[in-house]
Amino acid sequence: MLEALDILLQANFWAATIRIATPLIFGVLGALLCERAGVLNLGIEGIFVAGAMSGWLAVYLGLPLWGGVVVAALTGALFGLVHGMLTVPLGLSQHVTGVGITLLATSASYFGYRVAFPNVATPPRIEPFPPLDVPFFGDLPFIGPILDQQTAFTVLAFVCVGGVALVLARTPLGLAIRAVGDNPEAVEAQGLSVVALRMGAVMAGSALMALGGAFLTLSAFNAFYFGMINGRGWVCIALTVFASWRPGKALIGALLFGALDAYQLRIQTIAGGVVPSQIFLMLPYVFSIAALVLVARRADYPRALMKPYFKGQR
Amino acid sequence: MIRFVPRERTPVWLTVAVSIGSGLAALVLTAIPLALTGAPVFTAFVLMAQGAAGDGFALAETLTRATPLIFTGLAAAVAFRAKLWNIGAEGQLYAGALATVALGAGLIEAPPYVLVPLVLIGAAAAGAALLLVPVLFKTRFGADEVVVTLLMNFIVLLFVQMMLEGPMKDEMALGWPQSAPVLDEATLPKLVTGLRLHWGLVLAVVAAVLLHVFISRTVWGFRIRAVGENARAARYAGLPVGKAMALVGVLSGGLAGLAGASEVAGLKGYLTADLSPGFGYAGIVVATLANLSPLGVIPAAIFVAGVFVGADSMSRAIGVSNYLADLVVAFALLSVLVGGLLTRFRIVFVRREPA
Amino acid sequence: MDRRMHPDPRPLVLSLIGITKRFGPLTANDHIDLDVRAGEIVALLGENGAGKTTLMSILFGHYVADEGTVHIADADGELAPLPGGSAEAALAAGIGMVHQHFALAENLTGFENIVLGTRPLWSFGLGGREARAKIERLIAESGLAVDLDVKVARLSVGEQQRVEILKALYRDVRVLILDEPTAVLTPQEADGLFATVRKLSAKGLAVIFISHKLHEVLALCERVVVLRGGAKVADRPTAGGDRAMLAELMVGRAIPTRERPPSMPGAPVLSLTGISVGKPGERDRLEDADLEVRAGEIVGIAGVSGNGQGALAALVAGLAAPRAGQLHICGHPAVAADPRARLAADVGRIPEDRHRDGTIGALSVAENYVLETIGESENQSFGFIRRADIRARAVEAIRAYDVRCPGPGAAIRALSGGNMQKVVLARVLEREPKLVLAHQPTRGLDIGATTDVHRRLIAARGRGAAVLLISEDLDELFALSDRIAVVHAGHLSPAMDAENLDVKTVGLMMAGHSAGEAA
Repeated sequence: MLEALDILLQANFWAATIRIATPLIFGVLGALLCERAGVLNLGIEGIFVAGAMSGWLAVYLGLPLWGGVVVAALTGALFGLVHGMLTVPLGLSQHVTGVGITLLATSASYFGYRVAFPNVATPPRIEPFPPLDVPFFGDLPFIGPILDQQTAFTVLAFVCVGGVALVLARTPLGLAIRAVGDNPEAVEAQGLSVVALRMGAVMAGSALMALGGAFLTLSAFNAFYFGMINGRGWVCIALTVFASWRPGKALIGALLFGALDAYQLRIQTIAGGVVPSQIFLMLPYVFSIAALVLVARRADYPRALMKPYFKGQR
Repeated sequence: MIRFVPRERTPVWLTVAVSIGSGLAALVLTAIPLALTGAPVFTAFVLMAQGAAGDGFALAETLTRATPLIFTGLAAAVAFRAKLWNIGAEGQLYAGALATVALGAGLIEAPPYVLVPLVLIGAAAAGAALLLVPVLFKTRFGADEVVVTLLMNFIVLLFVQMMLEGPMKDEMALGWPQSAPVLDEATLPKLVTGLRLHWGLVLAVVAAVLLHVFISRTVWGFRIRAVGENARAARYAGLPVGKAMALVGVLSGGLAGLAGASEVAGLKGYLTADLSPGFGYAGIVVATLANLSPLGVIPAAIFVAGVFVGADSMSRAIGVSNYLADLVVAFALLSVLVGGLLTRFRIVFVRREPA
Repeated sequence: MDRRMHPDPRPLVLSLIGITKRFGPLTANDHIDLDVRAGEIVALLGENGAGKTTLMSILFGHYVADEGTVHIADADGELAPLPGGSAEAALAAGIGMVHQHFALAENLTGFENIVLGTRPLWSFGLGGREARAKIERLIAESGLAVDLDVKVARLSVGEQQRVEILKALYRDVRVLILDEPTAVLTPQEADGLFATVRKLSAKGLAVIFISHKLHEVLALCERVVVLRGGAKVADRPTAGGDRAMLAELMVGRAIPTRERPPSMPGAPVLSLTGISVGKPGERDRLEDADLEVRAGEIVGIAGVSGNGQGALAALVAGLAAPRAGQLHICGHPAVAADPRARLAADVGRIPEDRHRDGTIGALSVAENYVLETIGESENQSFGFIRRADIRARAVEAIRAYDVRCPGPGAAIRALSGGNMQKVVLARVLEREPKLVLAHQPTRGLDIGATTDVHRRLIAARGRGAAVLLISEDLDELFALSDRIAVVHAGHLSPAMDAENLDVKTVGLMMAGHSAGEAA
């Protein structure tokens, strides 16, 4: 029992929490940006895969690490463009289109990987982002070891939280995005383009999602594996509701989830043999469902979410 | 400038043409990445067609693969008709498969005419029960069923792995995590000796016909359609919205569960954690290609199965990854969605006047 | 028509020439000319479907005209053509429009809604002190008081309208279009709005006032343009005009005065005793309401939208359960929120929104006709639908209610609003219910369809049904009701004899005055 509590005092645990949370931070930010503009993007799971694969491949082929990050973001934006085209001007079902984007992005990534590496036994590796050497804070007890295990990519995630929050709250663009997810007619009547705003938000959101995937292959690990996303994208959709579409709460939700996941990994080794490992592996998914069910009733969904808008049709 | 003008009626031929056209569009779109790999595009597609339907054996293999897809396609079609976004057919399929081995692998000994129906009912019940959870969450708490059903797929698969490594593990299987084989009395017989094609196909086709009659001709089918098209008006008119949703959940989950039973009791004979290569997700594509029509699910499932079987065979012949099949299926889904616009709208080109 | 012939010295700010717009076989606007001068208040009068909204949508860039041009004065007063199909161009040219359904983002504050789209998207900050100072100056000048820092969702309808007008003024509009602005206001609030409009026009703002309420047009506007069937049928000063003449111009025929036999009320059918519905914090709720509707009478409920009508309708329709109090239908207690129980108790319900609550668009006319009765033995046997029987009865209903449609198998969404409402009426009234709930039964219908609905409600009363009519149209309430009750902020007044009631009293009560104060 003490061992179970002891985990919380380990710097390693907190470092892992942040590491696990980082891709989710990107994912939830991306999802909330899309949904704030009124578009549900279930392509997220596939866009994670595509970001992970394309970012990694770019670095493997010789680009610098940050180059890989840019490639991943562009790949995500490309799939966002497809999702946006189908759901915004064409107004197709966001549910089914999103599932289609996930199938497309996943199979395109797997196919591309297989074409590039037809017969490899072990996945090829790259040199990932190195741990940071944080001045001053890195030397503090307990905090230091946590910070020193993080990479610049994690810092980018935290910067993005602030950036998205600032844009949404304090700029005309953010105002327009919030408005278009509530009442597209209000935006249209003020001379702004609903289609452009929604497409832009979906592309930017998808780029953020792809960064979540890229973090896994460029920072958390150093290679691309099939099935490595394993539902992380879907978890982000649940966390977005949990975060009530607010960047700050998104950060908290992702960190909570990361802590739970890191905790179950550690408690597994303690309780290993007695309780099957699958029970622990289920926990994050169960937690996500529970979080969704708990907040669903009072969730303040963007009013125009999943409602296509056609100009001149009132 | 292009304008969409809603159609009052959609001719049947157009719906069919759009489905077929989307399949073709998917192949054309797939040709692009295929050409980028340097593979001979035309040869590849010819090999795919031959692999899917080149001879009786290939055709039987395609129909075998289509069997679970008909079930999961029906599961998605009935759910989507009612706007219940069940993306969890994969998990429900595994639940059905688990029930099949739980009941059919020695727990009960009975003659086939008892045991086969029992196994099928058990599998359907397991799938249905699994989907009722998110339906309940949706109707009681307003939780979006998409995310819940998606996440439950992962939970179910972990549960299956746990069972296969634990209580349901076959001790004779030399350490492989797989279940004990189902009894002969619980097995769906082969349709033709020497081929893998089994009675599951007949069950699937019967299920499609029954579902068609149910939705279009019965009071509960009417209620399901009404709830799906406008739940608010249905509630206002006093239709039992909650019960209709629960019924849809039972039907959809049950059909997906039957897909699992059919695969285990008809084809594999035992359960492993890699039973389904994504039949549940492919069912969504099948249902969408079929325009959510239960009868249309049959040809749509055969098409998708043909793509998978053909791609496997093509991949063996010229060494292009068989993930190409997933690519075709994904393109087919997106094409049919866009094509669906043609069935709902007339597209009118409006010339903009010079200002 | 040569513009130079006009003796009016004020400069032209807007000129529409030969505007034509067709939707398939329908010509919504047929070569319409319209000139508006600075400081002028012009009424655009017409029935629903006469083409008013289409014309203004073209002006505002929501639609592109098939023929014709729009000219608008630029900053120097020179008329310049306005490119079509662009709301942005219309805004930039100084046209502002307040829609019937507000174009406001409810998750933003009034301030945020006003500045939305006025600054380059790729900039930082929302305009800060400068923007706020300008809005406050506009508020002071126009009298449009509103709390700028509250989310729009929490503002009243009247306040939301003020935000809408401020939005236009903030952009320095020269032409302001008001689309049916009084539909959501009490008569007194409407007077306040008129005062504001007069103030603004005195400063040189041109105002186009869209309405079908004749007395408002006469009270506010100096010129009236009448549209009928998509064409302009009159363009004349309001001075010297009277309501009867305008009505005839608008409808194209003399409006028959409605005749109805005196009421002979019987036993109470619906009775509410101390009923409270809805959460205390909500605006649309009922508090401790008493009401009785007797067989053979029509009781009208007046009130500004969202003051408790929704809660009352939901209660009677069986969608909401009361928090407190007792509800009796035909003497039997009825509390559960269960539409089926209401149907079983012989309550016929005509919902407020026929698209959202009344019909299922993708289903056929026949299927919508049997929506409430599908489970009954006349429509099914052993769980299977009796399709031939249903079709036959639907054909009969289509004939009896004069529904214009391709046939019983046509999807109901292809029907016009009036025909859709006829299907709803057929469904509700064919069963001869003891109580009829009619919630805004003629909203959005043209005069022909409206007359038909009124005739059928009076007929239902004639055969002894109790009718509860909830409407925001005072003309309709006074035309139909035997007694009228007023709801304001969840409080329902006693029902008063309609014979001895005048519009002004009801208007004051809608604004929250008690019956004593109002009289």
